[in-house]
Amino acid sequence: MKRILMKGNEAIAEAAVRAGCDLYFGYPITPQTEISEYLSSRLPEEGKVFLQAESEIAAIYMVYGAAAVGKRVLTSSSGPGISLKQEGISYLVSAELPAVIVNMSRGGPGLGNIQPSQSDYFQAVKGGGHGDYKTIVLAPDGMLGQMMEPVVFTEPQFDPLPPKDWAVSGKEGRKRRFIICFALDPQELEKVNQALQEKFRAMERNEIRYEIFGDEHPDLLLVGYGTVARILKSVVREGARKGLRLALVRPITLYPFPSAVMKEKAVQAGRVIDVEMNHGQMLEDVRLAVEGRVPVHFYGRSGGMIPTVEDTLQKVMDILSREGVKHENGI
Amino acid sequence: MHVETVIAGFGGQGILFLGRVLATAGMIGGYHVSWYPSYGPEMRGGTANCTVILSDQEIGSTISDHPDIVVVTNQPALLRFGPLVKEEGLLVINSSLVRGTGHCPTVEVLNVPGNEIAGAMVGDPRTLNMVILGALVAHRPLVWEEDMRLALEEILSGKKRELIEINFQALDAGKKFIRERRDAGVSERPNE
Repeated sequence: MKRILMKGNEAIAEAAVRAGCDLYFGYPITPQTEISEYLSSRLPEEGKVFLQAESEIAAIYMVYGAAAVGKRVLTSSSGPGISLKQEGISYLVSAELPAVIVNMSRGGPGLGNIQPSQSDYFQAVKGGGHGDYKTIVLAPDGMLGQMMEPVVFTEPQFDPLPPKDWAVSGKEGRKRRFIICFALDPQELEKVNQALQEKFRAMERNEIRYEIFGDEHPDLLLVGYGTVARILKSVVREGARKGLRLALVRPITLYPFPSAVMKEKAVQAGRVIDVEMNHGQMLEDVRLAVEGRVPVHFYGRSGGMIPTVEDTLQKVMDILSREGVKHENGI
Repeated sequence: MHVETVIAGFGGQGILFLGRVLATAGMIGGYHVSWYPSYGPEMRGGTANCTVILSDQEIGSTISDHPDIVVVTNQPALLRFGPLVKEEGLLVINSSLVRGTGHCPTVEVLNVPGNEIAGAMVGDPRTLNMVILGALVAHRPLVWEEDMRLALEEILSGKKRELIEINFQALDAGKKFIRERRDAGVSERPNE
């Protein structure tokens, strides 16, 4: 199968087209503008719609409108722009409208900078907008958007979608439908919330994705996602050369979080190090997953700084020697 | 094989393009490859660099702490990246614009007067990047020559097709420089 060298941003855009994206609305911001650039020519080729909105807020409500009529829709941005979209995301959840939102996260807070970062974990995983809600979160970051690797596109195989018997696509010949994101009666709004919670439980049952890599009987479990997971794979390999027994759990979904496997592997290893490009956000979910059964250590860089293999391996060796773990080379 | 290469110089010298041709050629040759650019508020005359990794196995980190090969096309790039080259590694220097070899006593140094070759032999100083790549690959065969040609054809498609030929010429000029140097019996100069 043909391999194409592509930026992560371009790969996301092409994947969206192949998955049947009908419309894209967005406003440029580094490090994700290649998504807009790519779709500005690619979507019209397919007879689909690309529109550069006047702002991020406008873009998210265009997404709301397109989703409401039953179209498959995408928007993308980075930290500051994603903050602007939060109100609209909360409304989308309330109205139960499906959409894909890409955040190629960069250094924050504020305008921050444009270097890769994972500082938007809380924003993405814990809600971000107002209200009691969750969204399915996969985990790219600014570095994966900018770098190029060979990509192979396979023909996507989808189960047929359920009928969109809720879409406000024109009432001719059928009963009127409503899409609303409020319920003024408290009893009514509690029912809305209970129904949403059932949906989130279904996500937790069906959507968890992760990868396990490295030693089958590790002395230390490494946890990281996105760019950090790539670095940790190198740490696992380098460590193995030095006689260290290391394994990695890489969450692919951050919500729902792979808590069960995290706990199982952590208990097996006896200790954990969580590495992130922030000062400890996923760390809270790792600790919740592990339930205090084993110590959870942390190493983080921020502001666009990226942990090196060398530094991370040093942290790993420090933990192992502090906790008195012997290994083959006996350091 | 696992080779990590950092290429650095001025924005406008074709640094990212050089890396992209190398990575694409590696991909065509069947390697796992990655290309990671410096990105930021950088522009013509500013600094630019990228990291290209070619490997037999799946690539973990796409950043290189200690590259096997560093290519520098201007003085600031030598100061910043020269000291990072792995022991026994290779430092390729665009000697048209760079004086000295920094302070890297244990690395092999390959001086290529890239701007002169691009100007005099290819007739377009903008082909400096492909001259350097041609010389690098002639000296250290990281990828097949034919795969670099296929890579250029893949990257320079559409309206840019007319640029393919001059880039081929520049790769050849770089290779010729290395061959002539070898034929003249110039041994690999240890770092001074």
